[in-house]
Amino acid sequence: MALDSKTGTAPRDFKIIGTRPARPDGIDKVTGRARFGADMSAPGMLVGRVLRSPHAHARIKSIDSSAAEALSGVHAVVTRADFSAPGEDVADILDNCMAGEKALYDGHAVAAVAAASAAVARQALKLIKVEYEPLPHVTDVDAAMATGAPALHEGRANETVPEGHSPNVMARHAFGHGDIDAGLAQADRVLERSYRTEATHQGYIEPHACLASMGPDGQADLWCCTQGHYMVRNTCAAILGITQGQLRVTASEIGGGFGGKTTVFLEPVALMLAKKTGRPVKMVMSRAEVLRATGPTSSSSVDIRLGMTSEGRITAAFAELRYQGGAYPGAPVDMGAMSAFAPYDLEHVRTIGWDVVTNRPKAAAYRAPGAPMAAFAVESAIDELARDLGLDPLEVRLKNAAREGTRASYGPTYPAIGLEATLRTARDHPHWSAPLGPNQGRGVACGFWFNFGGDTCVSLNITPDGTVNLSEGNPDIGGSRASMSMMAAEELGVPYDKVRTVIADTGALGQNEVTDGSRVTFAVGLATIEAARAAKREMCKRAAQVWGIDEEAVIWEDGAARPSGPNAGEHPPMTLAEIAAIASNTGGPIAGHHEVNAEGAGVSFATHMVDTEVDPETGAVKVLRYTVFQDAGKAVHPSYVEGQFQGGAVQGIGWALNEEYIYDDDGILQNAGFLDYRIPVASDLPMIDAVILEIPNPGHPYGVRGVGETSIVPPLAAIANAVSASIGARMNDLPMSPPKVLAAIQAR
Amino acid sequence: MVQVTIWGSLAAATDDQTEVEIQASTLRELLDGLAARYPALKPQLERGVSVAIDGRIYNDSWFTPIHEDSEVVLLARLKGG
Repeated sequence: MALDSKTGTAPRDFKIIGTRPARPDGIDKVTGRARFGADMSAPGMLVGRVLRSPHAHARIKSIDSSAAEALSGVHAVVTRADFSAPGEDVADILDNCMAGEKALYDGHAVAAVAAASAAVARQALKLIKVEYEPLPHVTDVDAAMATGAPALHEGRANETVPEGHSPNVMARHAFGHGDIDAGLAQADRVLERSYRTEATHQGYIEPHACLASMGPDGQADLWCCTQGHYMVRNTCAAILGITQGQLRVTASEIGGGFGGKTTVFLEPVALMLAKKTGRPVKMVMSRAEVLRATGPTSSSSVDIRLGMTSEGRITAAFAELRYQGGAYPGAPVDMGAMSAFAPYDLEHVRTIGWDVVTNRPKAAAYRAPGAPMAAFAVESAIDELARDLGLDPLEVRLKNAAREGTRASYGPTYPAIGLEATLRTARDHPHWSAPLGPNQGRGVACGFWFNFGGDTCVSLNITPDGTVNLSEGNPDIGGSRASMSMMAAEELGVPYDKVRTVIADTGALGQNEVTDGSRVTFAVGLATIEAARAAKREMCKRAAQVWGIDEEAVIWEDGAARPSGPNAGEHPPMTLAEIAAIASNTGGPIAGHHEVNAEGAGVSFATHMVDTEVDPETGAVKVLRYTVFQDAGKAVHPSYVEGQFQGGAVQGIGWALNEEYIYDDDGILQNAGFLDYRIPVASDLPMIDAVILEIPNPGHPYGVRGVGETSIVPPLAAIANAVSASIGARMNDLPMSPPKVLAAIQAR
Repeated sequence: MVQVTIWGSLAAATDDQTEVEIQASTLRELLDGLAARYPALKPQLERGVSVAIDGRIYNDSWFTPIHEDSEVVLLARLKGG
């Protein structure tokens, strides 16, 4: 696509961009008027429930649903036998939604019922007889790679895996340049360390929920909680064997996603139940189902070798990363391997990543998928080496920081980037020089994320009374309705409250990529600006008609069409409202729309700084102070940007200190609830200070960069570095729960 | 001709050549040219690749122009959350 270069990112006095208007969804959410996935209902609706495997790994020998089907109030039972063989691109997705020959993890769906009530549905599940042949299982990534490990699949490894590896190894990824051995030979100190992180869940407050309806003619409707209803449409249509045009998907309000709602779980099953019953079917997961069967991120095992001169220059950097991605290929280890050393300017760098399957739920994307675990290892190693050499860890990062012209460890040469600015701002911030008390330590770490664009389609309509309706196709998980309204208002020169942005269903707009990859403010914003410009051109044309002058002699300024140029004549400006009022007389409704594959998004960097205090008697860690420094390109609505910075830091605090999946010896998840799987709550946290830097992205008319993911990359290491400084011992395994910290203290 | 850097493990499919030259003025011509010359790249091309052109990442836009002096890097497909 041709990105805007006419306005580029030249300095510009914004009137609305950069302000903090009230969020459009605020009243609905605090009053309960907002409709989330489970709030949808339809006449004649049935209740759907899923039967899940009690085994970590088992062959499904038979399923007898006759007793369940005979139960009064049961309308249908669905098993894998109801689905036709899917295409290769959705085969694993269907198998994850409904097991085929084998149950591959504790909680894997094996059957589903639609019944008149939840009570009947639960009773029916108990009547379904599944004959299992339990099989050996494996849940640890290193164990899954070992020779003789229980195999989930045979022959699934792709061509990148050398001969002789466990059949659980699905792919190998390698990146880098230079000569590691030569670089290590130049080092004054070489560090070799291993690091481990546990799987963590995205922890969205709203469980998965949907309502499906399908007529005998195959016309179907689906309401669901998702990060991408176009993805849901396309995936479900492929699984159900209907056309995309037959299925209309409407996204509900969403109670968090963080990457975990970028695929389907219930939706194809609900549609199949609706197809079999001819009735609407609603399905809502419990929290236990969310934790047992929807996407956590990968757990990881990482080895690092790092060489550094006594002055703090990194001479060589090597990482071998092993991620388990659950029961199907696709652990985000490639992204981890690409991002691990991305913040640094390195002559000799190499990363190798291994994608491994285990008997766990299929890993789903989680905010900068793959990057936080890699950054944990790399940033911990840099910190340890810097401290061992008696160097300031922040200055060491500055000394090695990537900047414009640096060849990234994953290949390309960086254009203008903001890492150095975040580090300098952090160094000059009062936090860096604030005094620390006993048992307290300070940690710092950097993080990187790519950011994406992708297919985007928006429509902007001018109403007869001069207000503006903007339709976009991306569920609002981070404030996009406010940001889009602001960008449309800025471009049109009208007040923010004259623009209302809605999330349109899949029948209303062309294809839109999922709300992921920190893409929406960048890509949908770009499309919104272009749609507004198209509407402005049309309004200038209408004014030119009224004035009887050439279109080229009319410009749009301050919310009105104005004559411009020597031959334009004297005409009073026509406002948007005045032009809208006579639209019917000048050619009909006025609209602007824009469709684009918005590629070329700008990368993003952050530096995090955190102070911790450790109770030496219990090993409990308290986060005392936390500051995020991140480049936003241009902060459209700074409150939302700060919220993204804070949210990433908080999720990182949970990942670093408490969150983990705990499996017993049988591979059964032991903590499938928020009482035992502990995410941070407000009382665990200090205020997260957010410092927004603005290094414009030349690929966006206003300079916007995505900000939603980078903020979760540095916290794991920043907190580990702070805790290690607090106790005087390195913490290389996450989570740093009190027993582990206490053990480290006692082992000093 | 465009000089293309084949990054990381993708070079295994180009006989370990990390720099190759392809006659291309667009992304589509580049990908077609790579597939024709290096059949071993096809599985990865079918799974999806990203291409960094002058430091910016592109996935699917066939007619993205590529200039002879552009820095072009072939990468595994990038995806977000």
